[in-house]
Amino acid sequence: MLRQIEGSRAVAESVALCRPEVICAYPITPQTHIVEGLGEMVKSGQLKGCDFINVESEFAALSVAIGSSAAGARSYTATASQGLLYMAEAVYNASGLGLPIVMTIGNRAIGAPINIWNDHSDSMSMRDAGWLQLHAETNQEAADLHIQAFKLAEELSLPVMVCMDGFILTHAYERVDVPTQQQVDAFLPPFAPRQVLDPAAPLSIGAMVGPEAFMEVRYLDHQKQSQALELIPELSREFRDAFGRDSGGLLRGYRATDADTLVVAMGSVNGTIQETVDQLRAEGMKIGSVSLCSYRPFPAEALRRALGCASEIVVVEKCVAVGMGGILSMEIRNALSGLPLTVSTVVAGLGGRAITQKALRAVFQRAQFGQLQPLTFLGLNENVVSRELERQRDRRHSGPPAENILRDLRSPVCP
Amino acid sequence: MFQIRIHGRGGQGVVSAAEMLSVAAFLEGKYAQAFPSFGSERTGAPVMSFCRIDYKPIRLREPVLQPDALIIQDPTLLHLPGLFDGLDPDGFVLVNSSHQPAGYAAMACPREHRLFIGATELALKHVGRPLPNAVLLGAFSALTGRLHIESILEAIHEKFPGKIGDANDAAAQAAWQVVRETRMEAHATAN
Repeated sequence: MLRQIEGSRAVAESVALCRPEVICAYPITPQTHIVEGLGEMVKSGQLKGCDFINVESEFAALSVAIGSSAAGARSYTATASQGLLYMAEAVYNASGLGLPIVMTIGNRAIGAPINIWNDHSDSMSMRDAGWLQLHAETNQEAADLHIQAFKLAEELSLPVMVCMDGFILTHAYERVDVPTQQQVDAFLPPFAPRQVLDPAAPLSIGAMVGPEAFMEVRYLDHQKQSQALELIPELSREFRDAFGRDSGGLLRGYRATDADTLVVAMGSVNGTIQETVDQLRAEGMKIGSVSLCSYRPFPAEALRRALGCASEIVVVEKCVAVGMGGILSMEIRNALSGLPLTVSTVVAGLGGRAITQKALRAVFQRAQFGQLQPLTFLGLNENVVSRELERQRDRRHSGPPAENILRDLRSPVCP
Repeated sequence: MFQIRIHGRGGQGVVSAAEMLSVAAFLEGKYAQAFPSFGSERTGAPVMSFCRIDYKPIRLREPVLQPDALIIQDPTLLHLPGLFDGLDPDGFVLVNSSHQPAGYAAMACPREHRLFIGATELALKHVGRPLPNAVLLGAFSALTGRLHIESILEAIHEKFPGKIGDANDAAAQAAWQVVRETRMEAHATAN
């Protein structure tokens, strides 16, 4: 049914339709509305056969999910930012044990300085933790990806993170088609675990593995993620046949086939990028974009096919590896190695900085003429940066940079 | 596309206002997107929310920088720098204030697109609490003609079921009527 609802509500409804049996949650902005919604549904009886377990921390949330998933229950949790960092050890355990947990990430920056707003630093920090990571472009896709994620996770026996931009999606009201229970039941069969802790047939999960077998376990993990490169597009097609719309897949091109300049990004910023592409196309520029949905597994071959014919690639990413640069762009450069094209990194939207069409337009135009620097920080306030650098040069006790910059921004001298 | 920016203070229902506008538009079969500004969430602090309405899916996710309408829930915000930034020259300004404060005649928009309404007073009368939302939504419908009052009322009931919804419904209708009548009088005088 078509509804005008908050993104978090859409995800809560969608998760509920997947008939989870255990939901463990610890609140953290901007993900809180999702688990609050699910909590209400369990309490009201709308979501039957599900235990909602309040826990004392994010570490506990994922640990309980590990336990319940190992006992054969379809398990779900959600978190963001410092919450994901706090559960880091359990994140690796869930994938290492091959437990098909689904977790929503309401993408948010990581402190310090503390910041509750959107970027991708949190899920990026867990990019090598063995989970699949799917990024939603809209709230419709966020809702749909959860239905696909349970199926994907359970077919592979691997956990999946569904990443949605905090606030920009979680707190946005837009039109979402919430499917019926019947539709979801037809798409997603009951959970048939590959391994299960059962007192009637005792076994152990989580053995100590020495040098003689550890490498083989990791190799198989890598193989399983590679299988997902085939399974993800398959599930997306199956989803389209069942629900009548495109959601998920490895990546999606927009006016990309004949483009000289191609922009790559993950998540909700793709909407603003597509608007900008339309504008520049109308002015005669041969530009297109690619929305990357599957970040893990990383679809190197699909990217090579989608980007290989362009000459300028601009990667817009909401994360920076301090001391290195763009993470996504590094991986894309690697996927495109040997091809005669330039890959530039545009770090944008850190800590919730608005990404505007105007700013994107300017960098895309620079890219077209080969004038874009290898690494650009979109909308960087160079005045405050140079003032702080000056201060650090002038005196040893220059003080905390974040506080200095905030003070400068409030002062009339430094716009 | 029609873009609305709402300015208010934390606790006045700035986010709910944008939400309800988007629901009203959805009920009319339009596409709509509502989202909060990602600023401070403290009670009393200046906050913003945004709503976009269109006949096709909305992909743009930047904050509303060139509004077609501004709703200002608190007249003390009129001093805020940048309040009118980007306002369309033919745009609308709706302010919760029983009179036009001195010095604000210079807004860029046409005179008949400006409206000052004592929304807090009307809210106290109908809702019993100083929450100007419903009044401003009713007035918005009458001022801009962009959304039908019926869809605004339905959105109000969806957000606030029961008695609270009824009270807000009455407040919105009262505002809609007041604005319609004053507009018609002004129109008659002008002719």
